[in-house]
Amino acid sequence: MALDDDLKKDGFTFVGTRPKRPDGLDKVTGRAKFGADMVAPGMLHGAILRSPHAHARIKGIDTSKAEALEGVKAVVTRADFPDTVQHKPGMAGEMWNVLENVMAGEKALYDGHAVAAVAATSALIAKDALKLIEVDYEVLPHVTDVDKAMAEGAPVIREGSADRSVPEGLHPNVVRYHESGHGDVEAGFAKADLVMEDTYKTEATHQGYIEPHACLGMLGADGKGELWCTTQGHFYFQKVCAAVLGLETSQLRVTASEIGGGFGGKTTVFMEPVSLALSRKANRPVKMVMSRSEVFRATGPTASASMDIKIGMTKDGTITAAKGTYRLQGGAFPGAPADFTAMCGFAPYCLENVLQIGYDVMANRPKQAAYRAPGAPMGAFAVESVIDEMCNKLGLDPVEVRLKNAARDGTKSSYGPTWDAIGQVACLEAVKAHPHYSTPLKEGQGRGIASGFWFNHGGETSVSLALSEDGTAQISVGTPDIGGSRASMALMAAEVLGIPYENIRVTIADTATLGYNDVSHGSRVTYASGLATIKAARDAVEKLKGRAAAEWGIDPDAVTWEDGYAKPSGPNAGEFEPMHITKITGKMGRTGGPISGHFEATPEGAGVSFGTHIVDAEVDPETGKTSIIRYTVVQDAGKAIHPTYVEGQFQGGAAQGIGWALNEEYIYGEDGRLQNSIFLDYRIPVASDLPMIDTVIVEVPNPGHPYGVRGVGETGIVPPLAAVANAVSNAAGVRLKELPMSPPRILKALKDQKG
Amino acid sequence: MRYHTPASFDDAIAIAAQAEGITRFLAGGTDVLVQLRSDLVTPDDLIDIKQIPGTHDIVQNADGSWTLGIAVSGAEMTEHAGLCAAWPGLVEGMDLIGSTQVQGRATLVGNLCNGSPAADSVPGMMAAGVTVTVMGPNGTREVAVEDIPAGPGRTNLAKGELIAAVNIPARGENGGDAYQRFIPRTEMDIAVVGVGVSLRLDGDIITEARVALGAVAPTALMVPDGAAALIGSTLDDAAKARLAAAASAACNPIDDKRGTIEFRTDVAGVLACRTAQRAYDRAQGKKVAKHV
Repeated sequence: MALDDDLKKDGFTFVGTRPKRPDGLDKVTGRAKFGADMVAPGMLHGAILRSPHAHARIKGIDTSKAEALEGVKAVVTRADFPDTVQHKPGMAGEMWNVLENVMAGEKALYDGHAVAAVAATSALIAKDALKLIEVDYEVLPHVTDVDKAMAEGAPVIREGSADRSVPEGLHPNVVRYHESGHGDVEAGFAKADLVMEDTYKTEATHQGYIEPHACLGMLGADGKGELWCTTQGHFYFQKVCAAVLGLETSQLRVTASEIGGGFGGKTTVFMEPVSLALSRKANRPVKMVMSRSEVFRATGPTASASMDIKIGMTKDGTITAAKGTYRLQGGAFPGAPADFTAMCGFAPYCLENVLQIGYDVMANRPKQAAYRAPGAPMGAFAVESVIDEMCNKLGLDPVEVRLKNAARDGTKSSYGPTWDAIGQVACLEAVKAHPHYSTPLKEGQGRGIASGFWFNHGGETSVSLALSEDGTAQISVGTPDIGGSRASMALMAAEVLGIPYENIRVTIADTATLGYNDVSHGSRVTYASGLATIKAARDAVEKLKGRAAAEWGIDPDAVTWEDGYAKPSGPNAGEFEPMHITKITGKMGRTGGPISGHFEATPEGAGVSFGTHIVDAEVDPETGKTSIIRYTVVQDAGKAIHPTYVEGQFQGGAAQGIGWALNEEYIYGEDGRLQNSIFLDYRIPVASDLPMIDTVIVEVPNPGHPYGVRGVGETGIVPPLAAVANAVSNAAGVRLKELPMSPPRILKALKDQKG
Repeated sequence: MRYHTPASFDDAIAIAAQAEGITRFLAGGTDVLVQLRSDLVTPDDLIDIKQIPGTHDIVQNADGSWTLGIAVSGAEMTEHAGLCAAWPGLVEGMDLIGSTQVQGRATLVGNLCNGSPAADSVPGMMAAGVTVTVMGPNGTREVAVEDIPAGPGRTNLAKGELIAAVNIPARGENGGDAYQRFIPRTEMDIAVVGVGVSLRLDGDIITEARVALGAVAPTALMVPDGAAALIGSTLDDAAKARLAAAASAACNPIDDKRGTIEFRTDVAGVLACRTAQRAYDRAQGKKVAKHV
């Protein structure tokens, strides 16, 4: 649905240029303040005691020795949090889950689950005090694998967690069920020349942001508090912290620090209420900074997945039916995005018969969090692998087959809605035309193609724009800048106001300064905050025009705004010299007062996004080691506001996807403990592992945004798991069905194939 | 924790011999400080030996052999043209450890005494026939590198003993050495298999050889059968097959987060041949690409 009837497609002055980022100097000089950079007078240091067991009943906690240690000012356990949590709109049940995760209640549910916390005069004393806390555990049977967690006899994580969507007869660890699709898949399979069915698995991965979670909390006996933290959404943190601590939301002011990476992992509250609870008890500010090991063990990685895909195809490559069953393990709480996995898997295609089923399964692992297009990469890995294998079997070109079946304008999507203006075909055409696709491969190399889809999101948004007397502008947004959004906001505002990019300063306002804003997630910021910025700037322009009209003594409707000037709209409006913005703002105090623009809304026109990746990989047949030789990302951005940042998002998604495909994984021992909670053994790609990642920005304007913007942050991680798997499988000559495709796994597949 | 900065090895030994509780020697600190900060080990006595005179020196002796101080860093080794020309394999093993920043601090002796079976500098030292000077309350002795590790995280040094110098033999004519490791990435990782090979040629024929493996057993180990497979050959395919078989047979690895038994055993053979080829090419005076 078009939100605007005035979609601007060309004639941009600022949008589409590549100016320097406004926060660049702060970031390269160290002036930028991140989560751990804040200090306060009288500040204490907090530390958290974490369960060494995957599943254990907490029979008792003795904190007396820790409390007696010199320098310890407060110790908290679950007893220091309210018995019940406030209900907040749109958060049914989730507040309790957050509290239970932030501080364990009756049971420790995973290795790393918080059981107590200390605030002391130094970080070292706080750590020493943790060693003095005695916890009496009764160790319980545990389960960490998704298929085992839903099998008969598996330990129950928490009885009664399932909602009404779950069919009867399933294990209590299955807590949500999703089913969608259309047509008759059995009839479709009957029409196929080739039907393939296979099981694919992916392990959990972590976002791997470089900045660990960190915060500084202050909470007084009067119920008034301040929280500084690294977050993708400080308004959400305000709401959650208030709920789990029993505060009035408005009495807690939350300020977002600069953020050293989030990728979805900083949309969730893991530690911040502990700092506030300690502060309330000690009556001093309490700073907390997670170690890397805590980040891995106790924040939110992705779900792990086990998936069955069945596809029917005719000899010419037409898909006759597709069925996907997706089982996702999301830790010891409901929330694994099995529904998103199911909805996204077949979304790039126009299908007559399609059925998808998703299971959200609990296990003794940390509570999963969003990670860039949550749920979608796993499904794409399974679906796109099967399509690739079918293309190989039928001798068909993988791009032609995807084009033949591509979702188009007017297609009824796999999960329901009918598409409006979408870019899947344009992306595939760009892949076909790209020199990468026609470059011959060398011996031992393989090429992989895969498509991916992500919904994108709008969400609650509020923006305020204030003009200064010198004609410059300051914009307050409520969405933390995780991808260069301050630059994008300034470019869009410059376009409306007709003033230089450099004359605009964009600030991430705290929760006391601006209306509510949803988290920076769902690739929504350039779309939703951007839309709100354009509308707020237009609001200010209307007021500027009004002041000019009043001075000229004409009707405001007879004034237009062009390149920073108010002008009479035509000869009938009168003969007046164009009036520059500085002429209006310079005397605004005397002509009606300060001029600001506002916009508040929940825009719902976020355009869906498609992308297709091309990968060349080489596999060493003697060691199973993969090298990525060449990589090209093609994705629809709607309209690239700042093309460099769009390209950066494409490259970042590909880089993280390559890591997920090849070497990243959560490794659990038989004891249910995480074995690789440091970057030495959790292997994200290093710079020398990756080739220069080429990008192609496709622009199919989104009618739901004034400039045609679609979110670009997430789609880029959807195709790479599959694209890399297809390249590796084609290079090795054996189909890899489980991620990561680590060298031992590839070498074993090669040996098994030889027999 | 008590922090000591002794002015001589004798002083350091006296402190260590009298210490009760946990003692750690500190040179580069790239293991000790990390363990301290991550709360794995909190020493009662931390004895900083890098301020002892001579511990930063690289000296070539009159007979062509080398003596390295215990605080010589990886960066100082890779920037020493003479040492790199004589023992490129030994130096490349050291150079593979950590980042550029770590290279500025990390030392051969620290890598050896940390006791990791996967220590990158150790197979190269073993292949080169390096010994270390061990000093202690009961005097001084010279010990082969392969006799230092006792198991993961453990050494054969007695209480109060420390390593005071690294002794590298003279390279001599027609020799070449190499170290290679397998990691799933391209750098900043820990060896899943490591191989050091040193050999000497007479014409095209290998007359002397030493082969050492890392990360495939509780300690780095010498592979005499691997050396025997090479001696007398021109590193032809048959010799390589014998070397691969000997290397794989020597493995006594574990399944862990870094690799499986099967994988380590297979790759030890593959890597032994590749490393031997690099050492052979160097012995023939061929230019060999920088390790990857």
